[in-house]
Amino acid sequence: MSQATKTEPKEALFSKKNVKILKDPLNESNPVTVQVLGICSSLAITVKLEPAIVMGVSVLVVTAFSNLITSMLRNLIPNRIRIIVQLVIVAALVIVVDQILKAYVYDVSKQLSVFVGLIITNCILMGRIEAFALANTPWKAFLDGIGNGAGYAAVLIVVAFIRELLGAGQLYGYQIIPESWYLDNGGWYSNNGLMLLPPMALIVLAVLIWVQRAKFRQLIEN
Amino acid sequence: MELVNLFIRSIFIENMIFAFFLGMCSYLAVSKTVKTAMGLGIAVTFTLLVTVPVNFLVDTKLLQPGALAWLDPSLAGYDLSFLSFIIFIAVVAAIVQLLEMIIERFSPSLYNALGIFLPLIAVNCSILGAALFVQERAYKTLSEATVFAVGSGVGWALAIVALAAIRERLKYSHIPAPLRGLGITFIITGLMGMAFMSFMGIKI
Repeated sequence: MSQATKTEPKEALFSKKNVKILKDPLNESNPVTVQVLGICSSLAITVKLEPAIVMGVSVLVVTAFSNLITSMLRNLIPNRIRIIVQLVIVAALVIVVDQILKAYVYDVSKQLSVFVGLIITNCILMGRIEAFALANTPWKAFLDGIGNGAGYAAVLIVVAFIRELLGAGQLYGYQIIPESWYLDNGGWYSNNGLMLLPPMALIVLAVLIWVQRAKFRQLIEN
Repeated sequence: MELVNLFIRSIFIENMIFAFFLGMCSYLAVSKTVKTAMGLGIAVTFTLLVTVPVNFLVDTKLLQPGALAWLDPSLAGYDLSFLSFIIFIAVVAAIVQLLEMIIERFSPSLYNALGIFLPLIAVNCSILGAALFVQERAYKTLSEATVFAVGSGVGWALAIVALAAIRERLKYSHIPAPLRGLGITFIITGLMGMAFMSFMGIKI
């Protein structure tokens, strides 16, 4: 083993392969729309942009560091109890994130309610740890975590952008549609209240998947 | 009466899938045939029935601010609630493991039916989600927490069986190629969610 690492030329931190690990999850192997990981918590918090961004960043941090830590410990973890060990690593990180959110952005953490805790059972974490971190070096696993976290955050932000804009006429809490357009003020526009309700999150995501698969035809299922 | 209310509300109005999207991963993955969907639905309900009351007791007797007072009055000042995530998930993982062993020992036929699903359930968001909801909504009594757990489980099972039944029919329809599989499943779930929203107006 040590022989092999000696003869292998040292890989640059951002070699082509590593950049690919980082960038792929943003598009062709997006965790949400392609790998079907982490749908559970991703949809309930996309009514507004602000919680979606906070949630996206929290998940990014947790995926990156849980991948890094698991990858560092991967030769020490006995195979039979690895699920429990992984859950403990993830849960510890989530507790840290939760405490930080409560300390600095209390309002948002109230809005996210149980979904911060549910990052623990977010399939992205277990999925990436099992599929990638257990078989790769820490730096690669870290990049993979960042890539997948960012892919997840990107989907959240796009869905939240559409829902908040059409549902409330706002973005990040600021009014975007001019007040004078609204019916109440003698205009012609009214918000689509349906966008704020849970089912529309699924339908917006379905449309995203449709667009993505129409563009990357190799993703189409039979 | 209060409990009947809570039961019906947690099945239909605050359905785990359609209102909170909890347990989506296995919901999407294991809904190809009605038979397996039913198996998973029963397994989830059963696990909820066992884990939620245990987590409720752990929360009220150990973790909440001042909850340790029943052990010794001098411990009343402790607040361990920041530990709840790690304790809850540990309890869930341990109970799932235990359930698997008990079922295997005493009812091999049930084990054969549920066996493959049980390990999946430890990381099903609806199990941890229910425990966290009980904590957040501050249900007061053990019976409330239990009824909520069973109601959520039944609601989840209902949703997955319904989706599986629709997906079985879907094989015979023409769907635009990029929507096939995941896309159309999301749209169906969305439409089912809208149908379930019609329960919202009910005052019970």
